[in-house]
Amino acid sequence: MATATAPVELPELTKDDLSRYSRHLILPEVGVEGQRKLKAARVLCVGTGGLGSPLALYLAAAGVGTLGLVDFDVVDASNLQRQIIHSTADIGRKKLDSAEEKLKALNPDLHVVKHDALLTSANALDILKDYDVIADGTDNFPTRYLVNDACVLLGKPNAYGSIFRFEGQASVFATEDGPCYRCLYPEPPPPGLVPSCAEGGVLGILPGLIGVIQATETIKLILGKGEPLIGRLLLVDALNMRFRELKLRKNPECPVCGEHPTVTKLIDYEQFCGIAPAAKEESAVKNGIPQISVKELKRRMDAGEDLFILDVREPFEYQIANIGGKLMPQNDVPRRLAEIDRDREIIVQCKSGGRSQRIAEFLKQAGYAKVSNLAGGILAWSDQIDPSVPKY
Amino acid sequence: MTIFIPTPLRSYAAGKDTLEVSAKTVSGALDELTRTFPDMRKHLFNGEGKLRAFVNVYLNDEDVRYLPEKEATAVSASDTLSIIPSIAGGRRPLERAGLRRGSSSPSAIRLSIGW
Repeated sequence: MATATAPVELPELTKDDLSRYSRHLILPEVGVEGQRKLKAARVLCVGTGGLGSPLALYLAAAGVGTLGLVDFDVVDASNLQRQIIHSTADIGRKKLDSAEEKLKALNPDLHVVKHDALLTSANALDILKDYDVIADGTDNFPTRYLVNDACVLLGKPNAYGSIFRFEGQASVFATEDGPCYRCLYPEPPPPGLVPSCAEGGVLGILPGLIGVIQATETIKLILGKGEPLIGRLLLVDALNMRFRELKLRKNPECPVCGEHPTVTKLIDYEQFCGIAPAAKEESAVKNGIPQISVKELKRRMDAGEDLFILDVREPFEYQIANIGGKLMPQNDVPRRLAEIDRDREIIVQCKSGGRSQRIAEFLKQAGYAKVSNLAGGILAWSDQIDPSVPKY
Repeated sequence: MTIFIPTPLRSYAAGKDTLEVSAKTVSGALDELTRTFPDMRKHLFNGEGKLRAFVNVYLNDEDVRYLPEKEATAVSASDTLSIIPSIAGGRRPLERAGLRRGSSSPSAIRLSIGW
């Protein structure tokens, strides 16, 4: 069942605590003892973004004594549509500082521990070991597998949430009897196959829905009450407002939590997820496609070179901002090849360079000889060449 | 039966979120799905025609991998088949790598959109 924290001695509630948490205290499932468990509890929020915002705010409000936050990022205007712990005035500030300020304003007794770092195989066990429950609000596959494996190795429960567009998933992993993330997905998808939220978008409210589910599960684990989401995957479809539940089973052959684990220490998760080491990413050729920088493109355009810029974004994106390329949404490219001149040099461009890389690879396979990818896409163009090009 | 098509795969299914099929087994239903939407095939199956490891298929609330007859399991009109691919959301890992290397260029910051 649930993994309740059972320290030898629970902290006493103060007079202020009794009035602040009165609505909890009258719940039989919480009561004074439950509130003292919450006060003693240490929860780690991995990420203070879309999921981490509601998660941390509700846990702070509920009286969790210690909240650890892991983030290395800075607040950006495009975060504010969903990352409700940050405000407009915080743009440019460290997310950790912004989050700490809001959490302490909400609950001055809260102890906030800031881990200003990217979670890696080198630091994960050390950071996670001091916490009772880990709430995974990360946003990419390498960190997801890292958090999962670290939780399994340390025996910590992991309140998991994930989102895309209008759809979310939630579960509780890595408890002694339940499955872990690897039981569900032994292998990550190859890079580029699953679009990111930056490419695919996400409804701002969705991380709120999922983050609050993670917070609920975290509180239940601490209290040791109710039926946790162990062995169940909750699917949320916000567009149709449909909640569905699937059974998750512990895979006896799971490489990390199975009967004969092959993963007994943390590994290189970027490599595991098929992502080339950092140094290689910057090289001028990726998967056989030359990468052209925005500065180089600008120089060549200014020199009057004959370049065919193929913009593979969607029409609404083109409407927001474009650099004069020919618009052909990525899914249209295969049936519109006739419009792409085989003899000219083609520079494929999108928002940040992901979709355009895939289309460039596709064109190369289709026999186009001179195809490059615009590294960083129109966002890099806006940053480095023309700030009047709006970002979205 | 009804097949639920998840958001990341809808662009290969003419934007549809469900498809009604009249197959007799799980694999028959998946065949009908990929016949209707051929672009979906390579996202669900590897070169040997096996379901990809990062795609889970559920008959009602059960993982097909754990059913005794797996993909040969018989289905009825009232059953549902759900395709559950892994989602991570947020920024692309490649983009965050730029930050981790200590790059503070505006483009690296801008690209780290986060959730």
